[in-house]
Amino acid sequence: MDFGFAKEELDFRQEVEDFVRSELPPDWDARAVWWPGGYGTIPEMEAEFLDFTKTFLRKIGKKGWLSLGWPKEYGGQSSMIKQAIVGDVLSYHRTPAGGVAVSIAGPTILMVGSDEMKKEWLPKIAGGEEGFWLGYSEPNAGSDLSAIKTTAVADGDEFVINGQKVWSSGAHVTENAWLMVKTDLQAPRHKSATLMIVPNETPGVTVKPIINLCGFHSFNEVFFDNVRVPKRYVVGEVNKGFYNVMLALQFERLAVGVGAFKRVLEELIQFAKETDLGGEPLCRKSEIRMKLARLATELESFYSLYWQTAWMLDRRRIPELEASALKLTGTELGVVFAQTAVDILGPYGLLDKGSKWAPLYGRVALGYLDSISGPIGAGTSEIQRSIMATRGLGLPRG
Amino acid sequence: MDFELSEEQKILQKSARDFLRKECPKELIRAVSQSHEGYSTELWGKMAELGWMGLMVPEAYGGSGMTFLDLTVLLEEMGYNLCPGPFLASAVLAGPAILTGGNEEQKAELLPKISSGEKIFTVALYEPKSTFDAVPRQVTGSRVNGHYELKGTKLFVPDAHVADYILCPARTKEHPDPKQGITVFLVDAGSPGLACTLLRTISWDKQCEVVLDNVRVPSSRVIGRTDQGWPLVRDMTAKAAVARSAEMIGHCQASLDMAVAYAKERVQFDRPIGTFQAVQHHLADMWLDISGTRNLVYQAAWKISAGIEAERDVAMTKARTGEISRKVTKTAHMLFGAIGYTMEHDLHLYYRRVVAGDMAYGNSDFHYEEVAKSLGL
Repeated sequence: MDFGFAKEELDFRQEVEDFVRSELPPDWDARAVWWPGGYGTIPEMEAEFLDFTKTFLRKIGKKGWLSLGWPKEYGGQSSMIKQAIVGDVLSYHRTPAGGVAVSIAGPTILMVGSDEMKKEWLPKIAGGEEGFWLGYSEPNAGSDLSAIKTTAVADGDEFVINGQKVWSSGAHVTENAWLMVKTDLQAPRHKSATLMIVPNETPGVTVKPIINLCGFHSFNEVFFDNVRVPKRYVVGEVNKGFYNVMLALQFERLAVGVGAFKRVLEELIQFAKETDLGGEPLCRKSEIRMKLARLATELESFYSLYWQTAWMLDRRRIPELEASALKLTGTELGVVFAQTAVDILGPYGLLDKGSKWAPLYGRVALGYLDSISGPIGAGTSEIQRSIMATRGLGLPRG
Repeated sequence: MDFELSEEQKILQKSARDFLRKECPKELIRAVSQSHEGYSTELWGKMAELGWMGLMVPEAYGGSGMTFLDLTVLLEEMGYNLCPGPFLASAVLAGPAILTGGNEEQKAELLPKISSGEKIFTVALYEPKSTFDAVPRQVTGSRVNGHYELKGTKLFVPDAHVADYILCPARTKEHPDPKQGITVFLVDAGSPGLACTLLRTISWDKQCEVVLDNVRVPSSRVIGRTDQGWPLVRDMTAKAAVARSAEMIGHCQASLDMAVAYAKERVQFDRPIGTFQAVQHHLADMWLDISGTRNLVYQAAWKISAGIEAERDVAMTKARTGEISRKVTKTAHMLFGAIGYTMEHDLHLYYRRVVAGDMAYGNSDFHYEEVAKSLGL
């Protein structure tokens, strides 16, 4: 066992850290309010930050930092640990990190994509040039993804897509849909769907905003009306969509934003030290000390699970339980952090971004709202627990 | 980074698992827990033959010179099988303390006795008015004509009733800083004036009251530096907290394994209860609590072995282990229903043991406060 980092890894972390600090606009900290574990206030999803996001992603893409976990022949370093280090540093600074393109599209194409697809798409993804939004959920297909109704019908060299997606985070700021569609209406549900790439600019794609309860435009509903895509945009085999989605899940789960938790903890500790209420600094109150100690302990445990999962992926082991555990913990911890932060800030925890009296730029108030999205999006906590129980612990299915 | 055990550790783990499954069945645990001694001398002898008592003792003193991390692997297995007896007190607290603090003569005399299992050692850390910090407040050691006289009462001393020697920190000098003026003594358990009484606990372990009525201890039995014994005490409690956590993780894993097996076979509403999400989710949460905490245990043990500052890791480990182990065993009881609430069922053995574990060497609240201090609060 060895719970330390190699010197090379520590040097690399410093290099990433230095670069990120030099790239961030001076007012970034005040503007980027993202709460760890939340899906509704991610700066990368905001039109306001679009220019910065594009430039920043291209720069770190050029350095190879969006594809560190990829094999060497595709320009990577086969190091998920390094990828995890980048994820840690970027999330600490609440910067863009490449989203679905980096955490889902890239790894899936690597595993099941055709050579042609790899050649066309991997350089764009690694270079931070093109982004993706996740086209899974539909009005009647949430936790039960197999209930999707959007269809794709083969027609010559193309597929013709009709239907609707919803809760499509970032569809308004990224270039392509990573779309799950029904391609066989007769087959059993789990053998009936296919993954494909659909550029947003294709005629027949309409993106309409949905404002989340934080007041942010993070997600959308997207309509497909006779949208024609070339067959070469099918990811993996036709009708193997569910299988391919499951395959990629293990990689997606590293995108949990550990660093953002660390940052919030540091901010809360600083707040508790500097805030004097009733003639005594907050940090002297035992209930505040206890709360912060718990957050720090939970976070340490979460970090160990994070590095362990990266380590497993580097060893070509399938983190069946760990991947779900990361998603579950990372989002539920976001709620715990938010609830605790509000307790610590008291009425100041109600003050929104832009309020004169708001501590931490209103981040806590928004975090209180945003954190509830975490355990719901990307597979609810209940779904994660069921996956862990059936696939990890071998319990029978109901 | 490497989350895997070394080959030697895997061998140790497997041999411990096989050995304990065979030699430490639940009938034995039940029998010894009702006996005065609280352990089996036969099992103790076999453990000694395997070299477990001397795992951390250097070869020169009859041990095998392995690390605290190696020992942690063994402790998790012992916890899984509820291995009873004074192992932790003797081999994990006293042995390493003598190794760290003892002079050459003491080491040469005492360590082989620990390694061979021939003599049993324990450590008396707590007093009726002490907090979990283990600072001696009322037990005093006074210098009288070239020897010391120890006076006062120690409480919750593990296995003192069967111990041959008791490591006993005492106050030897008044000082404004309570962590100054402490000396660690090695007391012969048979000394005149020493009275040991078993406490009745719900945890089926053996904890004692040790009353010291002017017990005479020669100066040659001072372990470490006179009046400056605190670092040695601190080192003992840190190792003990992690070691006990490793055992508790073993208790938790055993409870989870039992609950998973039961959920697969127990049929209600015409199907195994493990098919119900309410049950599945309990089990997933148990796994999650255990796994996230086990990493903390091994990380702390790794740091201690590597000589890296581990104060915060130790506190986090013990705080979280105490918390989750009570939660995990409680949830296991939910899944077993009434049968788990019977004396004949084995589940309560774990439920009893983890609460004693939480209270040993600092409970969760105590260690969370230690974490808070380490955060600069």
